[in-house]
Amino acid sequence: MRTRGIIMAPSLKPNSRRAIRRESVVGWMFAVPALAMYGLFVLLPFLMSVQYSFFRWDGIGAMKWVGFRNYETVFEVPVLFESIINAFKLVGFFSIIPVALGLVVASVMHRVAAGRFGGVARTVLFLPQIIPLVAAGIIWGWILALPGLINEILRSIGLGSWTKAWLGDFDWALPAVGMIGIWVLLGFCTVLLATAIAKIDPGLFESARIDGSNWLQEFFSITVPLLRQEIGVCLTVTIIAALSAFDIVYVSTGGGPGNATAVPGIQIYILAFTEQRIGPASALAVLLMVLVILVILPIQRLTREDAS
Amino acid sequence: MKRIHAFVLGLALLGASTLSAQTASPLVPPFGKNPVVITAYFETGFDIPYKLAQEFSKQYPNVTWDIKQDQFTNLINVTPRLLSGDNPPDLIRLPTMVSFAKQGLLKNLDGYADSLGWGQWPVPQLIQNRVAADGIRGSGSLYAMGLNYSVTGVFYNKNLAAQIGMKQVPKTLAEFEDLLAKAKAAKLLPIMEWGSAKSGMGLAFPLQALMASVGPVQPINEWIFNKKGATIDTPSNLKAAQVLESWIKKGYFPTDINAIEYTDAAARFGKGEGVFTFNGDWQNPGYDKDLPGNVGFFPMPPEKAGGSPAAMSAPLTYGIAARAKQADAAAFFLTWVATNPVARQINIDIGGSNPGGPADAPAAKVKAGSVTNETLAAGAVIGKAGTAMDFIANATSAIFAQGWTPELQKLVGGKQTAAGMLKAVQAEYLRQLQE
Repeated sequence: MRTRGIIMAPSLKPNSRRAIRRESVVGWMFAVPALAMYGLFVLLPFLMSVQYSFFRWDGIGAMKWVGFRNYETVFEVPVLFESIINAFKLVGFFSIIPVALGLVVASVMHRVAAGRFGGVARTVLFLPQIIPLVAAGIIWGWILALPGLINEILRSIGLGSWTKAWLGDFDWALPAVGMIGIWVLLGFCTVLLATAIAKIDPGLFESARIDGSNWLQEFFSITVPLLRQEIGVCLTVTIIAALSAFDIVYVSTGGGPGNATAVPGIQIYILAFTEQRIGPASALAVLLMVLVILVILPIQRLTREDAS
Repeated sequence: MKRIHAFVLGLALLGASTLSAQTASPLVPPFGKNPVVITAYFETGFDIPYKLAQEFSKQYPNVTWDIKQDQFTNLINVTPRLLSGDNPPDLIRLPTMVSFAKQGLLKNLDGYADSLGWGQWPVPQLIQNRVAADGIRGSGSLYAMGLNYSVTGVFYNKNLAAQIGMKQVPKTLAEFEDLLAKAKAAKLLPIMEWGSAKSGMGLAFPLQALMASVGPVQPINEWIFNKKGATIDTPSNLKAAQVLESWIKKGYFPTDINAIEYTDAAARFGKGEGVFTFNGDWQNPGYDKDLPGNVGFFPMPPEKAGGSPAAMSAPLTYGIAARAKQADAAAFFLTWVATNPVARQINIDIGGSNPGGPADAPAAKVKAGSVTNETLAAGAVIGKAGTAMDFIANATSAIFAQGWTPELQKLVGGKQTAAGMLKAVQAEYLRQLQE
């Protein structure tokens, strides 16, 4: 930023131009290690995945070019295509609910509990973020088991007939996995949105209150419109988390029962490592990435345009 | 689930080997007195290889071990990379082996079979670990050895079985089903089993046991060995799947089976939940610890009286990497495990399974009251009858994850029929073999 600003300055002496060039070189030198790492560990594996997706390969022997055959496989094999559908169902739990709830919680905290209670509430809500997802999956596995906490609570309040093995039930496994996602991501959304609300000019809220508006009117007329950019960030992060989910699902259900919670991440893992079919695994991974971009780009555009 | 890995026949001979009192001839270690480091990759959760390695170093102090370990399901995934890597393990627990043998990643053990005398051991021990050039198991070169030889069947809680009036082990499928009905009527859980996708579906055990009870064993093995034209969708297998479906509908399994993991099922059975459970003798030490003297075992009874019981039964398979640095030492260790009296005793005490080895191998003592007495006896019966099978989940590397587990889970959830399940698994099997 700074370097660019200086370069654009019109009246520079040769000496300072040299200094700028030197500064620019030094700047690049600082950036090179990071860029090299990025290239080596992000760009290169990505390009290799694209390459593998056009081959038939067991990860060890010779590779055989098969064109788009692996992509056709993804659409032909029902289990693989269904995993993409499951990922979109997860978006509701990982993204829509945490962002909507996060907005409400942040707004309520801003209005009624800005003080110490707000801080405690923020900490409690954010806590799941610092727990590794694998640990979260294991803990929730216990909580959601038939002898687990949730069923104990249901039994204690006389709702024994509602108890079930949530993660082993065809209708409830996906929502149960989704609930773990809500638990993990609600804190992230709340903290991000609460920080953004705090930056809104308090005068806006004051004048709204003087005009007699209630919390709901404030929420829809001030909070939501002014937080579009942050909502965009929350949606982007959480949708990516939903579409590329792996750890929570792998640890809590392993994709079961009967593929009811199988998401692309799980199928990519099984294809690549259990079946040793690197080609279809890479094809599904590339398709997943394209899907993520297709979903994320419009959100980015919308929220940015509105912000400007 | 954990260790059913190849075809076993003639466990009677193996059983006889544990009873023999003769001592094997002393072996000469290939490493002499030189310091040796054997690198090994073992399965997490089972003590047996670690205890054997420990004892080996005690007897040969110049041998040290570099042991790494992983869960069984992870082993399936990491083995190809371990074997093809720069520092392949000398000794590795093999989850599957056909593809690795075909890819040239495993050492051909034919030479050791000759030089170390394995060739003279009762034949069935080696057959199951042979892979032919076309990738069909059961004949061809030797690519793995068993650390021990396990047998599966029906374990039962003796106290609960007495409660439902079980005086002797059932001799026919009808007798067994009668006991299941009695258990249900007594408000006991008839069968404890696991079914979470994370452990792999445990109902594959009773399903295969039923297949062998109502039909012939040979076609099942041919299917597992990938013989051309083999199918799992046969009339007798359909009948077996329908019996399993009826058990599910009658509520013989836990309602939360689709969420139960292997370890949870074993622990819950150990706490007295379930009159019966289908499992293998590798769990013997656990059952003996949880319910001392209170666990019994019988092989799945045949449909008709007078028929032979059948069982899924297999070696705990270990291989040597093609490029292993200490291949000779690893092969010597495998010989030692099957012939050394202390090693054989460890195998019985810690592993709960038959140590195999030469017909005149030293006998191992089994503690009175241990369920191991019953599993060893059952192994002998199965071996004599020639009705041992490999596990239907081992037909291809992913048939368990992509075929049996989801389809059996659907059967539990009422989303699939017995016939539909066999058709779906067969289609998945063919798809995977085509790849």
